Amino acid sequence: MTTVAGTAPGESAPSVGGRIGALIRSTEVDLRQFGMVVALVVIWIGLGIANPRILDPVNFITFSVQASGIAVLATGMVLVIVSRNIDLSVGAVVGFIGMFYAEFMAHYLPETIGFPLNHPLVWVIALAVGVLIGIAIGAYQGFLIAYVGIPSFVVTLSGLFLFRGLIWQLSGGTTVAPNDPTFNLIGGGPQGSLGGIWAWALGVVLSIAAVALLLNARRTRRKYGFPLRPVWAEALIAVVSVVVILAGVYVANSYHWPPGLATQYAQAHGISEANGPLQIESGIPIPLLIVIGVTIFMTFISTRRRFGRDIYAYGGNPVAAELAGINTRWTILKTFVLMGILCAISAAIASARLNGGTLDLGTGYELYVIAAAVIGGTTFEGGIGSIPGAILGALVMQSIQYGLSFLGFNSPQINMVLAVVLIVVVGLDAWNRRRAR
Amino acid sequence: MTQAAVSPPPAIAATRTALVDMRNINVAFGGVHAVRNVSIDLYPGEVVGLVGGNGAGKSTLTKVLSGAQVADSGEILVDGQKATITNPRDAKVYGIECIYQTLALADNLDAPANLFLGRELTTRIGNLDDDRMEDAARKVMGRLNPNFQRFTTPVKSLSGGQRQAVAIARAVYFNAKILIMDEPTAALGPAETAQVRNLVRQLKADGIGIFLISHDIHDVYDLADRVSVMYHGQIVDTVNKHEVSTDDILGMIILGKKPGEVTQKEMEALELRG
Repeated sequence: MTTVAGTAPGESAPSVGGRIGALIRSTEVDLRQFGMVVALVVIWIGLGIANPRILDPVNFITFSVQASGIAVLATGMVLVIVSRNIDLSVGAVVGFIGMFYAEFMAHYLPETIGFPLNHPLVWVIALAVGVLIGIAIGAYQGFLIAYVGIPSFVVTLSGLFLFRGLIWQLSGGTTVAPNDPTFNLIGGGPQGSLGGIWAWALGVVLSIAAVALLLNARRTRRKYGFPLRPVWAEALIAVVSVVVILAGVYVANSYHWPPGLATQYAQAHGISEANGPLQIESGIPIPLLIVIGVTIFMTFISTRRRFGRDIYAYGGNPVAAELAGINTRWTILKTFVLMGILCAISAAIASARLNGGTLDLGTGYELYVIAAAVIGGTTFEGGIGSIPGAILGALVMQSIQYGLSFLGFNSPQINMVLAVVLIVVVGLDAWNRRRAR
Repeated sequence: MTQAAVSPPPAIAATRTALVDMRNINVAFGGVHAVRNVSIDLYPGEVVGLVGGNGAGKSTLTKVLSGAQVADSGEILVDGQKATITNPRDAKVYGIECIYQTLALADNLDAPANLFLGRELTTRIGNLDDDRMEDAARKVMGRLNPNFQRFTTPVKSLSGGQRQAVAIARAVYFNAKILIMDEPTAALGPAETAQVRNLVRQLKADGIGIFLISHDIHDVYDLADRVSVMYHGQIVDTVNKHEVSTDDILGMIILGKKPGEVTQKEMEALELRG
């Protein structure tokens, strides 16, 4: 009854419940991702009912900053799993590069090189070297996997041990601090945010970009004479996109700087607080900006570039990819290099939030990241998984974690809830796939 | 079908350059000599049937030509020039396309993505031009299977015939000069098989040389100009189709001997089996 693929646009299915079906078909929305958005809304409504204070904007901001480190890594893990591999080393690599940042800024730059403290270039240099280390680690592990032929599970398990060990070697077994203050803005906080007007500007730019992309896609499809989505569906997608973007900015901006900090700022800039305390809109935290940037970049890489197409082709059928002339080994190596770069970015966020490097930084990240990718619809058979899905997966998991901890549950209890969520989500997927066959 | 009888006998081929000339090809896997000193050639507009039992070496031999398998020794000439083929990309440069028995499709990708797998069309700045690829896919699929409309669903959900059409479209689109078809009709129903046969005739008329691998003797007998029979890694003989019967070919496949060398006793044993 529902197998109406290929019907001409405009033909509506008159069956009961067909209106929602028609809505989903016409907008070509990904049902699974739509379901996850619904789940996310339900989770937050549930949390809000349990304790309305959680709906305060400050919680959304704290939550998003907490989730960002996992979300950044999840985008890379999708591609690793899509290409039939796994990376168990991401947590250890994040810890290692995080410790490197701290060691580099607290000791190496000022003491060994004699680089002036608080120099405006410190964060750039640190980040650049961190990314290079990420590339080197990714190339090393990717080489062993793609060219030597050692299973990724083994290589990255070895990487987990190796880099956890190197963290101790590097730091001498202690916490290393402090970081460069500018570097620490990468971790968010009131100063590390794109405040007020700039947040709105970004929101407007993103909205315009979203609408432009939709219009452009429609124009080229029309040019080639392909079937088009109904205009109302197109308009609906545009409106929903813009509303979501602007609502996000609104929420971010409705959190204001803490009064003490605002007063300091007012005094430092000679602003009078005679007419009441200064209200500074916090805006979008830098870690969240990084997540947005990484998501757009990774989505672009995976859907609009040959590299991404090669990864999906390999995941779907390694032999076919090889026979099609794809350099599959080089492709696999590159996915691990990409993962290494994302580890360096995630490490910067984590280390900046702590103002230093700790021995247990990134511990357990690999499991949360894999869970986020899997909850987001990535399957271990290979070839299936999407970047936006993984971001949604990270949000769902971190929402449960943040929300339950806000409600006073302890972390062993939260872990048990996550265990159930993981099995239910993946079980639903498996059931759904079997039914579709 | 009287046309086939009028077409020039393959003997004329001797005066032209072979499209493909594989000479003294050897492939061994460990101790198993899968292809042993095999020489085979193919001329433009010709269909050469490659038949033999399981493990006779047909697939390995064609993999050498398509770049999926590197030969231990021997040489390949394409249009009379020595060709170096060490991977599938090299083969494609020489206009050699292969339709594999397994079809070699990425099930998770849609038809246009599979059609252009490994050689995607891109925009000036190197982005995938999915619209142009879909457009091209619609055109080429329109010729092969006019009813096909599912250009944006993963090929996993397509029927056997539709998947076959995608695999064939991939070979045809890139203007192959040399086409290898490995069991092209094994998974197809009668109507689709007829469609593939028509396509083979059409490609032949366009001057494309085709190696046709099939278990189905009648398929081969119907479409091929010459038939090469392989047995235990070697070519038993290459014969002009009109000079032999299907029984002769069957005898070569099973016994590994040329028709004249088969003894009366073996012939009787064969008939008992048949």
